Amino acid sequence: MARGLIKNRDNKGYLFILPYFLAMLTFQLYPIFYTFYLSMLKPVTLIKMEFVGFDNYARLLTNPLFYTAIGNTWFIWLMNYVPQLIFALLLAVILTNPKIRARETFRTLFFLPNLVTAASIGVLFAVFLDFKNGAFNHILIELGIFSEPYEWIQDKMAMRMAVSLIQWWQWFGYTMIIFMAGLSAISGDLYEAANIDGASSSQVFFKVTLPLLKPTMLYVMVTSLIGGLQIFDIPRVITNGRGGPDNALTTMVLYLYNQGFKNFNLGYASALAYALFVMIIIFSAISFKVIGKRD
Amino acid sequence: MIQNKSKVSVYLMYLFLILLAVICIIPFYMMIINSTRSNVEISQGVYLTPGDQLKANYEIILKKVNIWRGFLSSVIIAVPAVLLSAFFSTLTAYGFAKFHFKGKEIFFWVILGTMMIPQQLGLIGYYDLCVKLGLIDSYVPLILPNIANASMVFFIRSYIESSIPDSLIEAGLIDGAGEFYIFNRLILPLAMPAIGTMSIFTFIYKWNDLINPMVLLNSSEKFTLPVVISNIRGLYETNFGAIYLGVAISVVPILLVVIIFSKSLISGLTIGAVKE
Repeated sequence: MARGLIKNRDNKGYLFILPYFLAMLTFQLYPIFYTFYLSMLKPVTLIKMEFVGFDNYARLLTNPLFYTAIGNTWFIWLMNYVPQLIFALLLAVILTNPKIRARETFRTLFFLPNLVTAASIGVLFAVFLDFKNGAFNHILIELGIFSEPYEWIQDKMAMRMAVSLIQWWQWFGYTMIIFMAGLSAISGDLYEAANIDGASSSQVFFKVTLPLLKPTMLYVMVTSLIGGLQIFDIPRVITNGRGGPDNALTTMVLYLYNQGFKNFNLGYASALAYALFVMIIIFSAISFKVIGKRD
Repeated sequence: MIQNKSKVSVYLMYLFLILLAVICIIPFYMMIINSTRSNVEISQGVYLTPGDQLKANYEIILKKVNIWRGFLSSVIIAVPAVLLSAFFSTLTAYGFAKFHFKGKEIFFWVILGTMMIPQQLGLIGYYDLCVKLGLIDSYVPLILPNIANASMVFFIRSYIESSIPDSLIEAGLIDGAGEFYIFNRLILPLAMPAIGTMSIFTFIYKWNDLINPMVLLNSSEKFTLPVVISNIRGLYETNFGAIYLGVAISVVPILLVVIIFSKSLISGLTIGAVKE
């Protein structure tokens, strides 16, 4: 009898997952398809839209600002991802060594910036970098590096680097934790065998550790890419929404936001959203191919 | 000789770790120090000890913007969002973990697939939809979508699979308990450790969200804390002490949550990464 009870219950599983799928269809998938439809519309008057096919996409591809936004987004992402990866790997190796003291404290401290509101962090760094009152200029002057305050907010390259630096600061601890988990999943036997064979520690790192960390690398790469290409909060807050100086901080999503909700050109902004999506798909697929392949 | 060399490298390692730890903390430290300093003081130099202008800065803030109203808006959105996420994710996770219906794998892959979609992809469609339904400037469209929270389902499912034995559910069924009774009385409490960890994450992500409330809310008295803070610089261009204090008010609660729950948060992060 008990068997019968248990056998017949399997289809009740649908009931348990039903609410999720209803919500997913309503709040996620429907808006996504609807956005695609919107990307084919163009405003003719304030309230009237007209179907224009792929016009918005064509316009997008001929707009130099679109390429500037792509360039900015990639630059900011790469400039934070590469150092983030190096620091995270190095720290993960150090902090998984049981001989190091206060490992948990360090781990928590490095992780601390990660979950703090990005909008607030953006404001914080914007005031640090301020021309007249910023702490950064004060420190540089007091250390004798600069003789007078420098207008960071007006320097295109400095501002991009600042955003990358903030991103690095927020994410290296997170990535380190992911790598630590990856490292602890590697069996100790392998290290022992390498030691017996007389491998040096750098040999062990490059021949044993790194290849075995591949799945973790892939995870970090893809999640960082998806998140990084959508960067919005910090560039938006630091530039007060302008994306300046000279659009140096106009990232793809900031461009999308300004087109959609400042200029109210929903069709064009929707096309931008799809362009971003296609880019994420392509580069995720490339990551899977390059890192994920077995040698 | 060799020992000396390795001793030096150990010291260098600690130096590196401590330096990085300082880099992680110093912006928060300076934020708190500067929120107790006057605008004139801040414009003159860098301080390492607190001043006595906290109250004055606080009064300046209250004159221009109701920061606690922003705080309240964030709570009004984040708390129901977390409750919805927690309940429905557990429901879904349990369905996947303990029932063997047809197409289960496909359904689960669909959920995982949605994790790869950028959040902003449907934003404009969602905005337009809310305009048509008259839901702009309401908290509802910011709360309801949390019924579908893919990463929470993923995490709780693996927890239920590994730590709630089938025999427990069978015993309940034999005693004549209904499926939802079993879910509410047995599964929910037993899955609490996983639900708790993921709820903290969901709360923080909801709390930090900037673009959705910016798009979906119009009136400034409904703005959430991050939206209020992101506009604060325009309001107090001339008073840095007040800006620092505003940022501090928005950041300190999250800092405390992260410090208090760091252990379970960190263990929660890694489950997705290792279970590949």
